[in-house]
Amino acid sequence: MAITDPSTEERTFTINFGPQHPAAHGVLRLVLELDGEIVERVDPHIGLLHRGTEKLLEHKTYLQGIGYFDRLDYVAPMNQEHAFCMAVERLAGIEVPIRASYVRVLYCEIGRILSHLLNVTTQAMDVGALTPPLWGFEEREKLMVFYERASGSRMHAHYFRPGGVHQDLPPDLIDDIGAWCEQFPEKLDDIDTLLTENRIFKQRNVDIGVVTREDALAWGFSGVMVRGSGMAWDLRRSQPYEVYDDLEFDIPVGKNGDCWDRYLCRMEEMRESVKIMRQCVEWLKKPENAGEVLPTRSKFAPPRRAEMKRSMEALIHHFKLYTEGAHVPAGETYAAVEAPKGEFGVYLVADGTNKPYRVKIRAPGFAHLAAMDYLNRGHMLADVSAILGSLDIVFGEIDR
Amino acid sequence: MSEALSELGEHIANVLDSAIREQSVTHGELTLTIHRDRIEEMLRFLRDDPACRFTTLIDICGVDYPQRADRFDVVYHLLSMHLNQRIRVKLSTDEDTPVASVHEIFPVADWFEREAFDMYGIVFSDHPDLRRLLTDYGFEGYPLRKDFPLSGHVEVRWDEEQKRVVYEPVELVQEFRDFDFLSPWEGAKYVIPGDEKAKQGGA
Repeated sequence: MAITDPSTEERTFTINFGPQHPAAHGVLRLVLELDGEIVERVDPHIGLLHRGTEKLLEHKTYLQGIGYFDRLDYVAPMNQEHAFCMAVERLAGIEVPIRASYVRVLYCEIGRILSHLLNVTTQAMDVGALTPPLWGFEEREKLMVFYERASGSRMHAHYFRPGGVHQDLPPDLIDDIGAWCEQFPEKLDDIDTLLTENRIFKQRNVDIGVVTREDALAWGFSGVMVRGSGMAWDLRRSQPYEVYDDLEFDIPVGKNGDCWDRYLCRMEEMRESVKIMRQCVEWLKKPENAGEVLPTRSKFAPPRRAEMKRSMEALIHHFKLYTEGAHVPAGETYAAVEAPKGEFGVYLVADGTNKPYRVKIRAPGFAHLAAMDYLNRGHMLADVSAILGSLDIVFGEIDR
Repeated sequence: MSEALSELGEHIANVLDSAIREQSVTHGELTLTIHRDRIEEMLRFLRDDPACRFTTLIDICGVDYPQRADRFDVVYHLLSMHLNQRIRVKLSTDEDTPVASVHEIFPVADWFEREAFDMYGIVFSDHPDLRRLLTDYGFEGYPLRKDFPLSGHVEVRWDEEQKRVVYEPVELVQEFRDFDFLSPWEGAKYVIPGDEKAKQGGA
């Protein structure tokens, strides 16, 4: 549809934004209806990255299923594994050792910084700045090395297990993470000087895509999208899991609910995450806090290799764990974590066998993108990419 | 935690008792199973009642139980940031009976309902725009139903002669192997292939 009727003044254009557009953050196709440069309607077409994760999970054992969660929001993989493991733990009644909790928190915060760094810097790129991604991605690369040193993989870690994490961290890795925490705030300051008071960046973001409190509730927002609008809601504080209760950190809250406030929240959250990481590193380093990271007597944990050489039962257990997998008692539960993008939840229905009966993945980005039409109406075409950037969209989790 | 939840459950039951079929608190989570036609009323009450204030709709999803007459469960998850509580509302439906759309109460339900329609074929009445959401343009079938095969029905490839993407029936070089690992000693409720004689012998 180009010009609807040449005889009238009506000039509504329909254009395609994406699916191959650098500012679409993946494979989003937006069908925009424009009146001149004013957006009248946005129709997001998603699903181009749909891989049927939920269907696949029904055909895999619980342990095999964890790997699929890395591939959802692939910029913060472990946060997703966390939600699934928590759901399984709740149904199977598994206790997580305290050391494993600290390791989990440490890596979840690494995930948060990974995600926020990507978002803040690419949002800047969407509105025209090229340097921030170059600086930010260097730090992301260092963090992904920490992922690799703990799990063997830079991104698709498969590190969390129901009951803890797969392996304890080597001592020098903990030291290196501690050293990284010392130098990172300085790098963050550099990005800060590039962006925060940058005239162009502010012109593109201040008062754009304003979300009021009522909107945030009606549209099911979570994470930075509600905090940017002035609501102090963070699952790490309000419904604490793992050891977040014992850690000291603040929840930054925005004032105006525009794109710029959300950017500021993310910047501040990274500083808070570093604070949490420091506390975790300190705790993990103490010799009296050594201990197991996966309960060795749990049905979900593999026996240690040395034990398998001597004990027949251990060998059988190993074989059964990696073929049949452990059984989870029948029941249903909803476990949610504060992922970098908002509330990431897993609704797990178990039927008592070795495979989930139904896993529903509640991705924060899905609800945020659903509001795209609402948020963009009446904005200029150029604002679409700024708003999209500040929603923090990753298609792995939206399309699933 | 669970005391507060059962109190909350009682409070809801006091007002909307006729709508509730069943309620339970398990794993520290309150679940209400309600009659299908009362969903709008229930969600509106949960959102507006001062003792509930479940103002955030977290999720809507379907669950398929093909052996039941009402084969689908539709599960609503709600969150109250004011009370710091969660609640789960469930109802059941079949392939043809529509469920009332709640997009007027929670606008975000629009997409969640489209997804449930796309994945399960659950119909929502009065939905403004019940199109498919996640699957391909022109997709047929409902992929998350239990009777839909994991490999799907069609596969796509680029056709060099026609210069376009073509759809063909799925052809697997190797049969999809869905291993049955359930233990013959405790898990399986059927005769294991090759094990028929052992049953007849009656050990």
